[in-house]
Amino acid sequence: MNKRRLVERFWKALMIASTAVVIGCLLFIVVTVIWKGLPALSLSMITRIPKGGYYLGKEGGILNAILGSLYLALGATALACVLSLPVVIFLNVYCRKRSRLAELTRFSFDVLWGIPSIVYGAFGFVLMVYFGMRTSLLAGIVTVALLEVPIMSRAIDEVIKLVPRELKEASYSLGATRLETSLKVIIRQCLPGILTGILIAFGRGIGDAASVLFTAGFTDRIPTSLGQPAATLPLAIFFQLGTPFPEVRQRAYASAAILTILILFISVLARVLSRRYTKHVIR
Amino acid sequence: MNDVRSHLSIRNLNVFYGDLQVLKNISLDIPDRKISVIIGPSGCGKTTLLKSMNRLLDHVDEVRVDGEVLVDGEDIYGPNVEVTRIRKKMGLLSQKPQVLPMSIYDNIAYGPRIHGHRDRKRLDFIVRNYLSAAGLWEEVKDRLHHPASRLSVGQQQRLCLARGLAVEPEIILGDEPTSALDPQSSQRIERRLVELKKDYTVVVVTHILRQARRIADYIVFLYLGELVEHGPAQDVFANPRDPRTRAYLTGEIS
Repeated sequence: MNKRRLVERFWKALMIASTAVVIGCLLFIVVTVIWKGLPALSLSMITRIPKGGYYLGKEGGILNAILGSLYLALGATALACVLSLPVVIFLNVYCRKRSRLAELTRFSFDVLWGIPSIVYGAFGFVLMVYFGMRTSLLAGIVTVALLEVPIMSRAIDEVIKLVPRELKEASYSLGATRLETSLKVIIRQCLPGILTGILIAFGRGIGDAASVLFTAGFTDRIPTSLGQPAATLPLAIFFQLGTPFPEVRQRAYASAAILTILILFISVLARVLSRRYTKHVIR
Repeated sequence: MNDVRSHLSIRNLNVFYGDLQVLKNISLDIPDRKISVIIGPSGCGKTTLLKSMNRLLDHVDEVRVDGEVLVDGEDIYGPNVEVTRIRKKMGLLSQKPQVLPMSIYDNIAYGPRIHGHRDRKRLDFIVRNYLSAAGLWEEVKDRLHHPASRLSVGQQQRLCLARGLAVEPEIILGDEPTSALDPQSSQRIERRLVELKKDYTVVVVTHILRQARRIADYIVFLYLGELVEHGPAQDVFANPRDPRTRAYLTGEIS
């Protein structure tokens, strides 16, 4: 009896320790980044574009990268939604449970999930060359969207799979088609989960450096059209960290802090939004 | 049989799940504007029979149906049948009430909207009318735009009934519609069904014999996928012809 209690306590302590490590990591990262970047963090950092050569100057800001990243990630996430939602609805509502096609699709997503983002970047580059495009916001959006699709699809797929069969039957029995059932019942039921899936994909998209290196390129200017190259925060951090000047390296941490805060802000926003939509969810 | 007209008939129906035959050559006329109750031990195919009537079986994987189910003389498994039109003719009450993830109002308006009703006043009328018919209006009239999921289970089942009625069906199907409810809510549903048989043909599956005795006008007894006996409720209960029916009614098999 005593031994069982001891075992119970031991494993519970282990679980709590793991949880603490996870939360600790997040805190540690945020604190480090802000601590090291704080001296360089200023209003001009987020309201100006860089002065004096590509990030090598010690003045100006990274507004070009902030806006570039936002344009890029928003565009890519929107494009990824347009691709992911139809696929996931098709798999769950139109395919049979054990359909070969559905299994193949899910397997493909799993493989695509694991492909490193630099490979997406290289693939995007090949596409660009084929279409005779130069580095541009559009090329970046397409590449990052490809990177996001498997992440988003798998996340949403797991949520939609959980919709009870009886709920779908309730809709069918009223004479609804599969499409009506998908759009009006399933999506509504899964909205919080779908938002989370979109957010996870957005986070991956905005934080990825390798896929935009060859595709979105880099510039000091703020892009005004899809055909222009766009700067991004991860690449800004990468270049700033790579300089020999301590002041510029400090600016890298400031950029990292801005990126982290941006992601944090969007996570909170998504939570608030999804809470607004949970009130109708059937449990 | 006497002169009961029937707009729901089943002819030589066989249903297979994979290699397993769950319904064996069933032929049956469901009497109009009466409550027909399908009884039988669990696993005898009651629910399958019910789901074959509005083609919900289509959504089960690896199911094979042969034979005919005639609604108003039309075989619903025929080649050119639009399944949504067939389902519109029937309201379904499931075992566990399944409200849709939206407000009380939208739950009722869901069906009419799908079938093309857009007029706000008309929808308001439909919502009020069918919530009243299901005996729920008084309880929810002040919170029509609250989430339906916050209603009690008994209220949810009445909401499902109202929602089914709102598409103006001719037939009401109930798959053990009271099995998740407390006795009082069950009684309410039963009373509603009895009232509704004035205007609708009602088919209910139940495993509760006492419920069958309370509400049935017509009894259909299934055993191991076979239609053993069917007939007016008093006759079947008073003089079961088949020994298996007798055994089931006396509780020897269950």
